[in-house]
Amino acid sequence: MVPLRMAGIISTLAVMSLGLVACGDPDPTATVGSPGASTAAIPVADAESSPGSLTIYSGRGETLIDPIIQQFSSVTGIEVAVKYASTTELAATLQEEGDRTPADVFLAQDPGGLGAVEDMFVPLPDSILGRVPDWARSPEDKWVGLSGRARTIVYNTNKLTEADLPDDIWDFVDSQWKGRIGWAPTNASFQTMVSAMRVMWGQDKTRQWLEGIQANDPTIYPKNTPQVAAAAAGEIDVGFVNHYYLFRFLAEEGDSFPARNYHPRAGGPGAVVMVAGAGILSASENQENAERFLAFMLSQVAQQYFASQTFEYPLVDGVITSRVLVPFFEINQPNVASRDLTDLEGTVSLLRESGVLP
Amino acid sequence: MVVARAARARSLRPPAVVWVPAALVATGMLLPLAYLVLRTLGVGAEVWDLLFRSRTLDILIRSALLVVAVTGASVAIAVPLAWLTVRTDLPWRGSWAIITVLPLVIPSYVGGLVAVVALGPRGVLQGWLAPLGVERLPEIFGFPGAMLTLTLLSYPYVLLPVRTALARLDPTLEETSQSLGKGTGTTFFRVSLPLLRPAIAAGALLVALYTLSDFGAVSLLHYETFTWAIYIQYGYFARDLAAALSLVLVVLALGMLIAETRTRGRSRYYRSTTGGARSPTLVRLGRWRWPALAFCAIVVLLSLVMPVSVLSYWVARGVSAGEPLLLLWGHARNSLYVSGLAAVVAVLAALPIAILTVRYPGRISGLLERLSYVGFALPGIVVALALVFFGVRYATPLYQTLGLLVFACVVLFLPTAVGAARTSLLQVNPKLEEAARSLGRTPLQVLATITLPLVRPGILAGTALVFLLTMKELPATLILSPIGFKTLATSIWGATEDGFFAQAAAPALLLILASSVPMTFLVQRGRREA
Repeated sequence: MVPLRMAGIISTLAVMSLGLVACGDPDPTATVGSPGASTAAIPVADAESSPGSLTIYSGRGETLIDPIIQQFSSVTGIEVAVKYASTTELAATLQEEGDRTPADVFLAQDPGGLGAVEDMFVPLPDSILGRVPDWARSPEDKWVGLSGRARTIVYNTNKLTEADLPDDIWDFVDSQWKGRIGWAPTNASFQTMVSAMRVMWGQDKTRQWLEGIQANDPTIYPKNTPQVAAAAAGEIDVGFVNHYYLFRFLAEEGDSFPARNYHPRAGGPGAVVMVAGAGILSASENQENAERFLAFMLSQVAQQYFASQTFEYPLVDGVITSRVLVPFFEINQPNVASRDLTDLEGTVSLLRESGVLP
Repeated sequence: MVVARAARARSLRPPAVVWVPAALVATGMLLPLAYLVLRTLGVGAEVWDLLFRSRTLDILIRSALLVVAVTGASVAIAVPLAWLTVRTDLPWRGSWAIITVLPLVIPSYVGGLVAVVALGPRGVLQGWLAPLGVERLPEIFGFPGAMLTLTLLSYPYVLLPVRTALARLDPTLEETSQSLGKGTGTTFFRVSLPLLRPAIAAGALLVALYTLSDFGAVSLLHYETFTWAIYIQYGYFARDLAAALSLVLVVLALGMLIAETRTRGRSRYYRSTTGGARSPTLVRLGRWRWPALAFCAIVVLLSLVMPVSVLSYWVARGVSAGEPLLLLWGHARNSLYVSGLAAVVAVLAALPIAILTVRYPGRISGLLERLSYVGFALPGIVVALALVFFGVRYATPLYQTLGLLVFACVVLFLPTAVGAARTSLLQVNPKLEEAARSLGRTPLQVLATITLPLVRPGILAGTALVFLLTMKELPATLILSPIGFKTLATSIWGATEDGFFAQAAAPALLLILASSVPMTFLVQRGRREA
């Protein structure tokens, strides 16, 4: 598996970045760039006497996130325990647990999950928030994005070329797409895209789009992955998905896998970039370790890991993205912040009103 | 005379050894209900908007349709299979007896995925048929796919109790029918089938409730049911609305329970005379054995061979693409351990309830039995969150320990054990117990020396069912297990969540294999005892 191959490289990089995590250096690039800085940052030895522990609830899958968490644990000596479940299940669990929760950090797939438990988080320090662009963090400074995920259109390369695809996701309401579309209306990322539509297009145009797509008899999928498989199998011609699933298929099935991503060239909500992020629980007794963890996840090392292993977009500067990934600057990213995309309730009621959701 | 009356008087009031544990179990079962009421009370007026939309009624009807279809189809498959494997000279009877039960070990989220891959419009089957000019198979998504998948996974719920009951039927009844000139068919429909009614009804009830609470298969095959609607509420963090919908589900389940109780009637299913403890003579199939074999083969092909083949193909493809084959023995051990514990605890909890309902029928025992079904009718996530709520507040040392996880599995799967024990107990003549009591045995001694040995087939079947269900269980395991506790089910989930099918296939095969071994042992043992 790929992450294992990378483990050696990562651990080398991780040791180099030790200093940055230990002293909470607000400027990560400087630390990684100069080995002198990392040797100077020996205070870790201090912390090693009682590095303590950290409990993470992770809505992000173990296969992809565990290697980098292990790196954090081995560089800092902090004992990390992780509970894996879906973002939805963990958010509901946190809501039931309230201030009795054993969790210190909540890692979520999407801003919606973070928004749902936002009142259980502590405000984050600027040293963490300042590392990511403004659009990728909480309006209340309660959570921070850790990696970027672009909405995209996956298409079957045997049937279509990029030139056949419309400039904007709006144009899929055209009847020429009847019976050719796949979507996953219960999927959180899809719903976040609809939130982006509401922000950019307004309520009425979004409703028209939803009704237009429904009139084209889309095939409904429970989540993104089966859509990518279905697009490659020719079951559907196009599917509305997140960008990184394709690369996992390419890794398993090789470059002949007949599906590719298309980021709408005119931008718009179909090209929105969302974040997976994290927050620190106010009930946590390990605040310091939790902050170190978030700082580590925004270090060059961890960001490089996301870029090359999970095929997500890094949120800090100076990270090289995978060559198979469409460069971030080529995506015509609309001007909409993750913080504006947390009104899941409004989106879901629109989805219900237009008959897309039960 | 005096002794007899004393025995009867005593039999009216259950002994403490029965009702105290039964009451305790029922209290545990009340927790999810209490939680749901609590949460529902927290909802404002919007709950009425949600409940009285035409869409809600629509989904209710869709759920009911699926439940009726899956239950009917399961009975139609399971009863002939049971009869063929118990009462006829079907070739390789012993092997069929084991492999026809095994589809039960396949989780619905795996079965659903496999159905899509194998039978989807552009699936494996279409690939085979492509040279014949088949461009696209008929739509599997929606009702047909959900019904097919759930039927193939859940018919063993009917098969197991019916087979146990069939093996225990007094052969003299059927022989009498035949000696009166009735043919095999008439005897089966007029004598055997009515005697099997409680077993069929108990199995059918489990199928119905399983279908009602399933999320894996219906979501993968895009058939919107009530449980799916509940998950959608959690999807946008509306746990209060989810609770309100779950309460509706409980009401729906109660309706089914009442329907099942109606089929029970007041008949006796035990033999009143000594009768023959011998096995019945086997029906000779003659040339009918070919269609019979074809029937068994088709069922096994679709329900077992197809999923195992698809999973093996995924593993092979992943390995050839250079992925390491992860055989998660540690996870397998965890799965076996927690499932074994849950099975033993569930059976211990089920016995008092079964005894109470069979030997002391009445309003209270009826209520207790129905309570035991609440967990099974609810989606796993609802029960898990209820136990998060109570566990973290009132059982803090137990929270996120194996103990609470086992408790959750008992709450979820208890009725499978109750049903199995109950069906067996119905076939035991209460006079045997009364005789022992009149000879001076205490209630506990009677339970240990008379009742338990006689209901052993039911206990074994119940153990097997709870064991298998716990092996497959997902949401409660994810939410309630100790941090870092991984099972085969959680690793399958983890891999599919990230889209690594090859990595999901290996633990899925291991899960099927690990569940099959104890299952085979139990089925064989059951056959020997019968």
